[in-house]
Amino acid sequence: MPKLHVTTTINGEPMEFLCEPDNTMLDALRNQLGLTGSKEGCATGDCGACSITVDGRLVCSCLMLAAEAEGHEIGTIEGMAQGDRLHPLQQKFLEQAALQCGICTSGMLVASEVLLKKNPNPSEEEVRFWLAGNLCRCTGYDKIVRAVLEAAAEMREARP
Amino acid sequence: MTDIRYVAPTTLEEAIAAFAAAGGAGRILAGGTDLLVQMRSGIVKPGLIVDIKKIAEMTEIAETTDGGFRIGAAVSGAELAEHPSFKKVWPGVLEAVNLIGSKQVQGRASAGGNLCNASPAGDSVPAMIAAGAVVTVQGPNGRRELEVEKVPAGPGRTNLAPGEILVSFKLPPRPEGSGDAYLRMIPRTEMDIAVVGCGVSLTLKNGFCTAARVGLGAVAPMVLLVEAAAKALIGSKLDVAALEAAANACRAACRPIDDKRGTIAYRTKIAGVLLKRTATIAAKRAQGN
Repeated sequence: MPKLHVTTTINGEPMEFLCEPDNTMLDALRNQLGLTGSKEGCATGDCGACSITVDGRLVCSCLMLAAEAEGHEIGTIEGMAQGDRLHPLQQKFLEQAALQCGICTSGMLVASEVLLKKNPNPSEEEVRFWLAGNLCRCTGYDKIVRAVLEAAAEMREARP
Repeated sequence: MTDIRYVAPTTLEEAIAAFAAAGGAGRILAGGTDLLVQMRSGIVKPGLIVDIKKIAEMTEIAETTDGGFRIGAAVSGAELAEHPSFKKVWPGVLEAVNLIGSKQVQGRASAGGNLCNASPAGDSVPAMIAAGAVVTVQGPNGRRELEVEKVPAGPGRTNLAPGEILVSFKLPPRPEGSGDAYLRMIPRTEMDIAVVGCGVSLTLKNGFCTAARVGLGAVAPMVLLVEAAAKALIGSKLDVAALEAAANACRAACRPIDDKRGTIAYRTKIAGVLLKRTATIAAKRAQGN
C-alpha cells in the first residue's frame, strides 16, 4: 500500500505527514516530524512516557496509529512552554527536582496538564491515581506529586 | 515495510464490505489499546485495519426516547465520563469502563473493544451484563441484536459471525429506585487485571429488591450472568441472609483457573465477598434514585 497522507493539527499548527499504515503516532512524531519530546518506554501502553493529547484527551501515542491523527488536534510536550516561558508545571518540576533520568518527564507533564485542566485543585490521592499510568523507573514519584500539587496551587492563585 | 492496509470508512456499510472482503485478515480498530499491542507482539498480523471511528453511529452516545442509552461501540471511557447524564444513571457501568488501564488507555479504549477482545477479565463486561445491555451487530447478512452475555464464546473468541461488526450497546431505561455498581479485586490499587470482577444492578421498591442482575468476571472462560445470585436478591430486603445466599450462588458459579493472579480457592471466595460489597453499593445508590 502506498504511504498514507495525514493532515492534522499539532500544538495548534496545521501539519501534514506521510506514514505507513502500521506506523504509530509516536513513530510519526519522533521520526517524521522531529518531535522527540515524547519518549518510547514500553511501546505497549503501560508506561505513559509517550503521553500526548488527542482533542484534549490523554492518550498513549504508542497505542495510536499515525493515520488516526487525520482531522484531530494533537498536543505534545513541545507545545507546553510558550516560547521561552515555561509552563508552571515545568517550572515546578525544575524547582522540586522532580526528575532524575528524565525519560518519564514529558509524559508526566502532559498527563499532569490534562489533570489540572479537568481538576484545578486535585488532592494528593487524585494526583497519584491520575498518574498511575506514568511510570518512573527512578521511582521519584514523591517529588513529582509534590511538584504537580504546587503547580496546581500556583495556577489557582494566578487565575483572575 | 508491510503489505498491511488501513481504511477509515465513514459509513457502516463500507466498513462491513471492506471487513468482509478481507476475510480472516481484517481487524477492527476502535480504541486500538488491545490491537496495537497484539500487532506489536506479533500475535496478530492483520492484512487490513478497518478504523470505525469515522462512523457516526459508532462514536455517539444517545439518550433513547424511552429513557435508555445507546453507546457506540467505539466510544472511549473518557468520552463516556464526559457525558452529562450517563454517570448519574449508570455509575456502575461508568466505573467499570474507567477501570480499564490507565487514564491514557481510557482516552482511547472502548466498551465495544473490551467486549470483542473477549478476555474473561474484561472490566466493563460484568457491569454491562448486570445492566442488561444488548448489543447491535451488523454484518453482510444484516443487523441483529444480542445480549452482552451471549457475545463472548471463550477466551479471545466471540459469537460474532465472520464479517460482523459490533455497532453499539443499548442500555434499558431505568425504573425509579435503581442503582448499579462494579467492583474488582486486584492485588494493586490501580492498573491491573481483575482477579475477580463483579457487577450488580438492582431496583428497590419500599425497601424490597424487585429486580436484580449480577455479572461476574475472571472466574470462568467467559464473563458470567449469575441468575441464581439475582434470584437470591429479588424479593429480599438485601438482608444478611439474602446477601449470603447470593454470595453462595456466585461462588457456585465460579469455574476459575489457577494462575499467578489468584488460585481457584481464592477467586471463588472473593467472588462471594465482592457480590456482597457490590450489591451493597448498588443498593445505596438505588435509595438515592
